[in-house]
Amino acid sequence: MGRYLIRRTLFLILVLVVVSLLTFLIFVKLPAADPARRAVGRATTPENVENARRAFGLDKPIYVQYARFAKGLIPWPGLFLNEDVYYSYGNFVPVKEEIFRRLPVTVALAVGASVVWVLIGIPIGIVSAVRRRSLTDRAAMVFALLGVSAPVFWLAYLFLYLFWFKLGWAPSSGIPIGTTVLEAVVQGRFIMPWLVLALAFAAFYARMVRGNLIETMGEDYIRTARAKGLSERRVIYRHGLRAALTPVVTMFGLDLAGLLGGVFITETVFNLPGIGQYAVNAIFNNDFPSVMGVTILGAFFIALGTLLVDVAYAFLDPRVRYT
Amino acid sequence: MPEPLLEVRDLSVHFPTDDGLVKAVDGISFALAPGETLGVVGESGSGKSVSFLTVMGLITEEQAQIEGEIVFQGQDLLKLPVEEMRNVRGARISMIFQDPMTSLHPYYKVGAQISEAIRTHQKISKQEAREQAVEMLRRVGIPRPDERADQYPHEFSGGMRQRAMIGMALSLNPDLLIADEPTTALDVTVQAQILDLIDRLKQEFNAAVVIITHDLGVVAEHCDHIQVMYAGKIIEAGDRNDIYYKAHHPYTWGLLSSIPRLDESGAHERLNPIRGLPPSLIFVPPGCAFHPRCPHVFDKCRAEIPALLPADGHHASACHLALEDKERIFQEAVMARR
Repeated sequence: MGRYLIRRTLFLILVLVVVSLLTFLIFVKLPAADPARRAVGRATTPENVENARRAFGLDKPIYVQYARFAKGLIPWPGLFLNEDVYYSYGNFVPVKEEIFRRLPVTVALAVGASVVWVLIGIPIGIVSAVRRRSLTDRAAMVFALLGVSAPVFWLAYLFLYLFWFKLGWAPSSGIPIGTTVLEAVVQGRFIMPWLVLALAFAAFYARMVRGNLIETMGEDYIRTARAKGLSERRVIYRHGLRAALTPVVTMFGLDLAGLLGGVFITETVFNLPGIGQYAVNAIFNNDFPSVMGVTILGAFFIALGTLLVDVAYAFLDPRVRYT
Repeated sequence: MPEPLLEVRDLSVHFPTDDGLVKAVDGISFALAPGETLGVVGESGSGKSVSFLTVMGLITEEQAQIEGEIVFQGQDLLKLPVEEMRNVRGARISMIFQDPMTSLHPYYKVGAQISEAIRTHQKISKQEAREQAVEMLRRVGIPRPDERADQYPHEFSGGMRQRAMIGMALSLNPDLLIADEPTTALDVTVQAQILDLIDRLKQEFNAAVVIITHDLGVVAEHCDHIQVMYAGKIIEAGDRNDIYYKAHHPYTWGLLSSIPRLDESGAHERLNPIRGLPPSLIFVPPGCAFHPRCPHVFDKCRAEIPALLPADGHHASACHLALEDKERIFQEAVMARR
């Protein structure tokens, strides 16, 4: 297991190097506009552009440019996202500052939503599978269909209109200045974003759990469990679910990791200053250091999520062994 | 015959499907004495497994229309409430299945799966249950049972898994063990070991055994009685000698002739299968269900369902042929080729 972890960690680093290289090549080789020219504005002199270019390091050979950015990705104090390189070409705010300010918002949003969709999706899936073809099952599957089909932005506005504007049950969107993320969570400002973000996932998980459990309940070992004289409850919850939920763990790890890299639509509609908003703005403004920062952050979460899921599998499924 | 342990009377199990009613089991009756070994032989889809899954209560009213009586130790199992049936299942009647690879839960240790069965029916501590589980593994011939109990099914070979399944099935000392194709998924060498093990444990535990198989060769040495099923009905029943040396039904002849011979004279002979396919269980042929495949068919076979009639005290067959013809054809067509 130790060797396996070391090998996987090295692989994770390799993935991040490749991602950073590709990101760099895409944004340097295919520039939408010259960052130096954008920085100095319209009315300027060629010398100013030249100075800006030198300040951004754009006059250096391409591998030196990459090396500057790569060095800033090494997680070491002083190096990590260092402000000599990692600042916005647009407003010169350091990338580190933006990411650290916005990350808690995205984490609160993604983690909270993931708890909601697990608490909604899995029980619905179980009930549907156990009472297959019943009214409950059909109602749940209609819910699942709606949940998967409803676009997030539509749902978000619907929620805002209904629960904030019309009924006044929920607080308005956004986080007021001076309020920390934790305070916002306590004030219930995340409840609507969580529900909206979680709904599609809950629907998807309900369908997946239902499908898995129905398939598992047809396995030979379930027949054996029944032949032992176990109660149906025990057959379902101890023998059926144990096998049916294992693949769900994989999905969960990857879904949550994906969201931690930014949740653009939900963040935008609910006016939450998270990573997703920042990433999209950075891309539109061809703001390379910011793009690099958020891309690596997203890639890191996905790679870490995959690793954790694989490690968790060794504990969940005795047939899986790592060497 | 002493008081039967299990008596099945006119049992039918019909599955409603979108294509029509599948008559998987269609009016079978038989009895099983305590300590007896019964072989149930037939092709896939002859209803042999479904009959005994119904005896186990593993096919429910929700899935199928079940009629008839299953009297076990004086109780009609079909009338028992679900909870009481659960007390019978696994404790007084237990069952092992065809594929030991998939019949054990892959996520739980073998010992734990056996002690779970024990603790379902006996109020004992986990420690005691585990000791009993280890003891069962030892009795079914698994070496180092104490270590093996803590292993997962994937660490067992196929034969070992089937041994563990047998251990689990016998852990509550049942009066009846149903073995549904217990050796089909195993290597030939392991097959014999498993059947010998069942024979030995049957003596030790004093249990009656039902061996369900499609292979007449398998049940030859191990069964007292044999019944042959076709299209949901019993078409011939008798003791071992009746079936092997005096078979009365053309389908049984077909089964006997299709056992490959491995001696000198058989070496150059072609395999001798029963021609045709098993019938649809939705549109069962009228008259004798076997008539479209029967080489001895005559008019009556197409019109009238033959009853299972005893030729003497114990040997019964469901065929319209006259007894003399049956005996003659059997000698000419089956025995002569052995």
